[in-house]
Amino acid sequence: MYAFDYHRPATVHDAQGLLKDGAKLLAGGQTLIPTMKQRLASPSAVVDLGAIGELRKIEQNGNALVIGAMATHAEVAGSKTVMSALPGLAGVPGAIGDPHVRNSGTIGGSVANNDPAADYPAAVLALGATVITSKRQIAADNFFDGLFTTVLGEDEIITALSFPLGAKFGYAKFANPASRYALVGVAVAQRGSEVRVAVTGAGSNGVFRVPAMEAALAKSFTPAAITSVKADASGLMSDIHADAAYRANLIGVMAKRAVEAAA
Amino acid sequence: MAKHHVSATVNGDAVEFLCESEQTLLDCLRDELDLTGAKEGCSSGDCGACSVMVDGRLVCSCLVLGVEASGKSIETIEGLSDGEKLHPLQQKFLEHAALQCGICTPGFLVASKALLEKHPNPTETEIRYWLAGNLCRCTGYDKIIRAVIDAAAEMRGA
Repeated sequence: MYAFDYHRPATVHDAQGLLKDGAKLLAGGQTLIPTMKQRLASPSAVVDLGAIGELRKIEQNGNALVIGAMATHAEVAGSKTVMSALPGLAGVPGAIGDPHVRNSGTIGGSVANNDPAADYPAAVLALGATVITSKRQIAADNFFDGLFTTVLGEDEIITALSFPLGAKFGYAKFANPASRYALVGVAVAQRGSEVRVAVTGAGSNGVFRVPAMEAALAKSFTPAAITSVKADASGLMSDIHADAAYRANLIGVMAKRAVEAAA
Repeated sequence: MAKHHVSATVNGDAVEFLCESEQTLLDCLRDELDLTGAKEGCSSGDCGACSVMVDGRLVCSCLVLGVEASGKSIETIEGLSDGEKLHPLQQKFLEHAALQCGICTPGFLVASKALLEKHPNPTETEIRYWLAGNLCRCTGYDKIIRAVIDAAAEMRGA
């Protein structure tokens, strides 16, 4: 790592004031620190969010489950509040990486980083969650903006994710056996007559929705309803782990499993 | 740049050290505190050789900044045995020959202890998932799993 200034602000307001001249936010450090070690990132300053206790809260707030940005994957996976409010969601962080990663990595960090193989972006998009920042509230549909890119401003900090309740939700992923990143992960949410299907791990432009599957599942929320809906392989990633055609097939398989698992 | 003055607790003892921003907790344990039990394997959070507990959470110390440890309670492999008396996990690792080169062993022991504190009677599958963040290139894992099962039984008094 190159040298940098380290700040540990006590409030979100103070943290925002420090975000200038190429400073980076440190949440769980599971991506930022390795990236800095590889010298792919060399921020002038690191602003550690670890001392801001309010960012760790997990609570049911009216008709929404609100998860603080600094809640770790292990905390969300083990949260009684999450289990009672949105049980399907707890399984998403519970299957990220390994115990070390889940004890450190955070929901805010995952969503802000928008890794194309990360699990949370699919859940956030399928559930129509709202990204709450230090400046505004952003609907999931407007938040993700391509590979490792979001609409977050330079001095904007995610403070929480707000998930509307009342949806049946399921997530299924085919994990890379070494990293546990999603080779393909599909999140499915049914709310009244609306169904949303979001895919991670596959798109060469990051997380995306599948309108044809959504329409079929809106008519009949069963695995059989999407048997004949084939995912389009164009625009999908091909790498040493899987080519685009294989990923397209996996989207269908994982979508069916997600529907089956929805609760 | 001025060094940071960090006060923390390591294996129950109050410690103080000076570190640069870019030193990881692993660097600080090894180079500032001379606790060389935690090993640097991959240095990218994949292999678990640097496993330590921070405020009761199992983490890779290579992905934690040393300065982040300020005010925290750190537990390392050096705190596992009771003086000369080995922890049951250490004893069972020896009896089952659950190590060869030994680089991964401190991490496995710290991670296994974290597992058994939460789940005193884990299934083999649970052990394998819990130790998924610790890589061993020598043993093929089987002896490690047997050692943890055996240690768990002994610690339960079975």
